[in-house]
Amino acid sequence: MTSASTNTDVVGGTSTKRWRFPRHVAVFLAPALLLYTVFMVYPLLDSLRLSLYSDEGVFVGLANLRELLPGGSLSSSFWNALGNNLVFFGFHFLVQNPVGLLLAVLLTQHLLKRGKGTYRTLIFSPTVLSVVIVGFIWQLILSPLWGVVSTPLLGLTSTALPTLSLMSVWQFVGIPMMFFYAVLVGIPEDLIEAARVDGANGWKIFWKIIFPLLLPMLGIISIITYIANLNAFDLIYSVQGALAGPEFSTDIMGTLFYRSFFGFQLQSGSTAMGATVATAMFIVILLGVLVYLFGWAKRVETYEL
Amino acid sequence: MKRTFKWMIGFVALLLVVAACSSDSSDDTTETTAAGGGETETTQAAASGEVVDLVIESWRNDDLAIWEDTIIPAFEADNPNIHVTFAPTAPAEYNAILQSKLEGGTAGDLITCRPFDASLDLYDAGHLADITDLAGMENFSDVAQSAWITDDGTQKFCVPMASVIHGFIYNADAFTEIGVEVPTTEDEFFAVLDAIKADGNYDALAMGTADQWEAATMGFQNIGPNYWLGETGRTGLIEGTEKLTDQQYVDTFTTLARWADYMPDGFEAIAYPDSQALFTLGGAAIYPAGSWEIGLFNEQAEFAMGAFKPPVKADGDTCYISDHTDIALGMNPASANSEAAQTFLSWVASPTFASMYANSLPGFFSLSNHSVTMDDPLAQEFLSWRDDCESTIRNSYQILSRGEPNLENELWAVSATVINDTATPEAGAAILQEGLEAWYPPQQNG
Repeated sequence: MTSASTNTDVVGGTSTKRWRFPRHVAVFLAPALLLYTVFMVYPLLDSLRLSLYSDEGVFVGLANLRELLPGGSLSSSFWNALGNNLVFFGFHFLVQNPVGLLLAVLLTQHLLKRGKGTYRTLIFSPTVLSVVIVGFIWQLILSPLWGVVSTPLLGLTSTALPTLSLMSVWQFVGIPMMFFYAVLVGIPEDLIEAARVDGANGWKIFWKIIFPLLLPMLGIISIITYIANLNAFDLIYSVQGALAGPEFSTDIMGTLFYRSFFGFQLQSGSTAMGATVATAMFIVILLGVLVYLFGWAKRVETYEL
Repeated sequence: MKRTFKWMIGFVALLLVVAACSSDSSDDTTETTAAGGGETETTQAAASGEVVDLVIESWRNDDLAIWEDTIIPAFEADNPNIHVTFAPTAPAEYNAILQSKLEGGTAGDLITCRPFDASLDLYDAGHLADITDLAGMENFSDVAQSAWITDDGTQKFCVPMASVIHGFIYNADAFTEIGVEVPTTEDEFFAVLDAIKADGNYDALAMGTADQWEAATMGFQNIGPNYWLGETGRTGLIEGTEKLTDQQYVDTFTTLARWADYMPDGFEAIAYPDSQALFTLGGAAIYPAGSWEIGLFNEQAEFAMGAFKPPVKADGDTCYISDHTDIALGMNPASANSEAAQTFLSWVASPTFASMYANSLPGFFSLSNHSVTMDDPLAQEFLSWRDDCESTIRNSYQILSRGEPNLENELWAVSATVINDTATPEAGAAILQEGLEAWYPPQQNG
């Protein structure tokens, strides 16, 4: 009641009365904004600030960040970690999206007579499991001693990172599936029928009608995956430990951050270098998001259905 | 309507004020207890016979039962006014958690000390008290104290509790079955491994490289002292007179690389708990060990076990063992009960504690000068090597792991890499030396 009448005040107020600040907006925004500021924005900005200081609290400007660039003491670790992060994301992008889409298409087709809900739940269920459990189960499945394969997939530099990426894909494939599924069931049947009447085959219908409608969603899923992958830590930590072996071949920025900030075994933690790695992560993620916003989201056409 | 908004804004503001006040006041309380209130409280407690609570921070969550059932009751029987709680956290998270607790002022009164720099950093940051003059410190040799003193050796900040010794634990039943004897030289060692492999019933060496630290700790640091002659090599590296690319270090890696043939299939992905289980389930004949395994193995293995020290190159050579200072106990200077904490620390330095601790935790050997007899035969075997061999500690621990890249971390990775055969021993040693030279001045000349 109250808010509705205020609305009219505001909307109609411009011509008849003096415009008044819509205070209820502030009140409604306040709790979320406050919590978000205290627990997200402030720590984020403070961590950016910390990266400009040495461990002793002396302002050093960008000197810490320079350690990550070629010639710096953390340079090789950082670029190795960033590369691994991108490979990790690459696997998600190239495997998770097609598989998720395929599963969503299968679920919307009329191939399955019964049990669609069951399949949907089953495929989605790993997503709600703890990463530690997923890591532990897969570690046992892939163990050369007790598991089903004799190749030490997690122990070879060539296979460890792809294996971990695919474990993560296995866990999270339910998310793109659900997103795609939501779009697919929203496509009106008459569009498809009209195309069929015009003589388009299934392949053509998919690429000319369904796929363009999926593109905006593909972008959203990809950017969510990108952010999650670049922030990843838990799976690698629980399966390979903080040193992310073998030979740092699965070391990602999250594990590098952990070692820099908290230290590891004999390595002492450093607030400054930890904050610097975190800042670098922030920058990389920010760049990715900007590319998405200006390179993708602005160009992809969204259709009103 | 307007009134409603005012109400809501007022309410939110009130909430904030309340929240701010309450956090303020709680800060105040901690500060008073930590700083000013400490002394008075202790004296009051002592005078009135009130019980003082002490909390021990530790990473040894495996030892919880021993502390609660044996050690603490023994102490409390002598000191009825002091109540002690053992509060361990997971080993991997200990350093990080302790750091934040100390900074936040919520850490316990007694702090279990990691060796060398981790504790030195805490001391430098004012989180460990100076206990140089503590009664009982005279019971420890210089070597025993070396891991918990300042670089100039003037201040001490933790009471040494225990060391761990490296060697090999073997399945005695399997040895009898196959008909092999305990090896003393390296040739004999590899002959034994060949015999076990030829027999085919057991994996010869229960080890994997997935966790990397076994390769470095149970491998490199285990057999290495015989190559770099213990303390000679260790101090040589610190002084810069030896390099990690010297023959003795490359040779250690070369020998280590030979282990790969005798490790289980797919060892690259076998983790520490896997190899422990493989050995205790009777699937492997030899376990490259640290003495800390004794407790668990006694509990889990259902066959007779023995131990042998790292094999020497030729019969009659002096043997060197890694008798590594591993664990100590210090005091939180912010503790409100510093007198009680000192009482506890002095007790930890006493022969009573030495004997009780060593025997409740076979494999953790007392560092004190009191002679302790071990009831456990396996532990006694490890301990007996102290008489025959020269002791040293792990060469990467003192000073050398202070910089970036971190030598210990690289040593883990390189040791695993060499065994995995993805780098040659020479290349591995070169990586370590390059990393060390990047930041450690004594290694930079020449």
